[in-house]
Amino acid sequence: MAADNTNVLPVSAGRLRRHYWLATLGRAVRTGKGAVGLGLAGIIVLLAAVGPFIARYSPTQFVGVPFAPPSAHFWLGTDVLGRDVLSRVLNGGWVLLIMAACATVFGVVVGTACGVSAAYLRGRSDSLIMRAVDVFLAFPQLVFALLLVSIAGPKLWLIVLAVGISHAPQVARVLRSATLDVTERDYVKAVEMQGVRPVKVMTKEIIPNLVAPLMVETGLRLTYSIVIISGLAFLGFGQPPPAPNWGIMINENRIGLAANPWAVVVPVILIALLTIGTNLFTDAVASVAIGVDRKPEEAALIDDVAPQAVDVP
Amino acid sequence: MTDGRDPAVADGRDRAVAASTPAVTAAADGAARLTVTDLEVGVGARGPNVVRDISFTVQAGEVLGLVGESGSGKTTVALSLLGHARRGLQIRSGSVLLDGTNLVALDSGQLRAVRGARVAYVPQEPSAALNPARRIGAMLSEALQAHGYPKAGDRVTEVLREVHLPSTPDMLRRYPHQLSGGQQQRVAIALAFSCRPSLIVLDEPTTGLDVTTQRHVLDTVRTMCRSYGVAAVYVTHDLAVLNGLADMVAVMYAGRIVEMGDINQVFGSPLHPYTRGLMAAVPSPSRAEVLTGIDGQPPRPGHRPQGCSFAPRCPHAVAACRATTPEPVVMSGREVRCLRAAEIPPHDSKRVALAISAPTEQAPPMLQVDGLAARYGPAQVIFDASFGLEPESCLTIVGESGSGKTTLARCIAGVHPNWSGQMTFDGVHLATRARDRPKQVLKRIQYVFQNPYTSLNPRKTIGQIIAQPLEHFLDLSLQERSDRVIGVLDDVRLGRDFLERYPDQISGGERQRVAIARALVVGPDLLICDEVTSALDVSVQAVIVELLRRLQHERRLAMIFITHNLALVRSIGRDVVVLQAGHVVENGPVDQVLGHPHDPYTVSLMEDVPKLASNMDTQERFPS
Repeated sequence: MAADNTNVLPVSAGRLRRHYWLATLGRAVRTGKGAVGLGLAGIIVLLAAVGPFIARYSPTQFVGVPFAPPSAHFWLGTDVLGRDVLSRVLNGGWVLLIMAACATVFGVVVGTACGVSAAYLRGRSDSLIMRAVDVFLAFPQLVFALLLVSIAGPKLWLIVLAVGISHAPQVARVLRSATLDVTERDYVKAVEMQGVRPVKVMTKEIIPNLVAPLMVETGLRLTYSIVIISGLAFLGFGQPPPAPNWGIMINENRIGLAANPWAVVVPVILIALLTIGTNLFTDAVASVAIGVDRKPEEAALIDDVAPQAVDVP
Repeated sequence: MTDGRDPAVADGRDRAVAASTPAVTAAADGAARLTVTDLEVGVGARGPNVVRDISFTVQAGEVLGLVGESGSGKTTVALSLLGHARRGLQIRSGSVLLDGTNLVALDSGQLRAVRGARVAYVPQEPSAALNPARRIGAMLSEALQAHGYPKAGDRVTEVLREVHLPSTPDMLRRYPHQLSGGQQQRVAIALAFSCRPSLIVLDEPTTGLDVTTQRHVLDTVRTMCRSYGVAAVYVTHDLAVLNGLADMVAVMYAGRIVEMGDINQVFGSPLHPYTRGLMAAVPSPSRAEVLTGIDGQPPRPGHRPQGCSFAPRCPHAVAACRATTPEPVVMSGREVRCLRAAEIPPHDSKRVALAISAPTEQAPPMLQVDGLAARYGPAQVIFDASFGLEPESCLTIVGESGSGKTTLARCIAGVHPNWSGQMTFDGVHLATRARDRPKQVLKRIQYVFQNPYTSLNPRKTIGQIIAQPLEHFLDLSLQERSDRVIGVLDDVRLGRDFLERYPDQISGGERQRVAIARALVVGPDLLICDEVTSALDVSVQAVIVELLRRLQHERRLAMIFITHNLALVRSIGRDVVVLQAGHVVENGPVDQVLGHPHDPYTVSLMEDVPKLASNMDTQERFPS
């Protein structure tokens, strides 16, 4: 969480401890699951990021016959219109990734705002927010996104918005229950007794203690965003056709599956590896964060020192 | 150990037959039931040890009290008496001989036959130990059937009668949540005694019970052990509870037994400096005394110093103490693990009496509460409470769990909005909610919470935590703010080293000091302390109480000190309000109320509160 400058005393700042989320990510990477997950996701992200600069051909240029098998010129063969599959693969990731990231951030921010204020304010606000959430939850995510896009047309920002909004209810549910627990802590009561405004209580006291569920939710929602956005692209909602996009590629090259399977298989594998990677890493973060977030009073009220707390050489 | 199984099982069957006749033959008094020799439990096979060199004997019909503070290893020892080690821990060496069977050497099948039948366990929290989905009768007969008792029904009736519960069909059909805390604990004790074990291990079974219930449960345990020749090991952090219950006491510190012997001797003239420290820290319900805590904190497993573990905190430590680990020596009929036990002058049992100024002339009350009624959801928890608090005086509010004392405090602080009545502070009406009160009033009333483990935000440094109220209430420059934070840290004896630390890097006592510093930093006139010592060890409790009393005097504070511990009232309060089930049953100066209680409730509280022999005026103990 951002260090709150008005709060910092004129003394040297602590190091990593100040950034609890960084410490948690660091611990997650050090687990086997976390390392594999981050490695997988990292490779795909790198490929998508540098891809456009190293691709040999333009992704929209017709360079050969349709569905030519792999050759020295076209390592992965050509697609339905005779464009180079490798060049299209290298170019087709970054838009997808940026859209997924934006949708995730949007969804998590909106969901957190709803969940935390519902849990903290209780009463009428709680019922109002959570019933709205229930209504949204009643629609399957993909159907909901399709609905929005088909009303307003396939604009990229709209897809991001639609996917983000469809995440928000789920995030709100999780964050609400996490907040209910934190709200009962005495350090929240302590600032309430000073008459501090609710917004300040939520941002300064509650949200910094929700870092663990927030990180896990973000990772999970990122995975879903990738799947939904590439799914929408597959269905034709997304970038218009000449553009390279892993989702579009799967759809348009289906008919030539027998002639050049790589045009379909490679985008599929890339999407799969990306989601597996983000999911594994999220899992690792979750397991580490739960260990970190063990309620201190539980450890303290147990008569003896918990064995986990002992440094084993 | 191939032959270990059959005797265990066969013995269980024999007992099953013997159980139908109430007269138990095996209980020959004086025979050693339990012999523990050189027990060591550690983290895994090679990690640091948690307890070591544990040796003791318990005779039939005898109760051994195992006392120690958090982290001393007493629960680890208790569990190893059942042949069990918690996850991550391992019993490395030593033996636990129960009637000649070494429990440590048994395999899991043999242990299953022994546990429940020959050694039984009463856990700390009965509400968590009893299965909420099962009826009392079913749980009781399950244990009996598992160990092959033929007439489980008769035995259930019998054992319920023994623990003074009605054995009516209605009782047997109840679920745990339909019983009170004391009844639940009796059921847990009945479960433990049902198969007529040779040894029963009780792990702080009365924590969380009110004093009257506690006394009844303790009486039941003692009677059951005496009359059936059961050896008992009673684990507790509360020395006073053992008085009148235990025959022997073993004091544990940092994984070792530091003093063990007859309870009257150990409590009457403790030899080990740690035992002395503990005794001096226990407050007395009968007179006002200065409490002396033990500075520092016990070392954790893996971080225990060379030589005597207590040396860093010991006022009598010399160089030799830090170099050599003391072996137990027998002195005045008990074992003491201290190099200097013979040299240290005999324990001065006289404790310094404390003079808390009696109410002087009638000052107008600073806080006046009239006809306060509070509800918690649909239930009314406080009925028509009225009392006043004079400036610079300390009012204690005593009551058992559920008496509404914390709700009362929260009403005053403005975080429990569901109340009606009249509250004035310096003549000004107090609004129901903190949010509706003027900042000036809020600043003058500060609050310290019960549990220091939840009252400090774990994501903030100590410096940030203490500076937060300053930012809210006062418009100070960074330098002024910093000076005040450091000043108040010095006041609570922590110092500026703590500024950059996080709450999870400091001990419970230190956390509570931080919480007190946070309350004091804005310079309040009224400090509300809600059970501030109940989550702390007795040695730390003494330090905190002394600190509060000093600060109250120095800063001329008015204080509301809420506690369930009647003994603490004497050590800090000038006036006392006794709350029972939301009603104020008594209200007045401490000496008058506790010395000559009028209300039957206060009378019974004073009678039932456990007392240490050494700080009692008369030699009154539980009748035995």
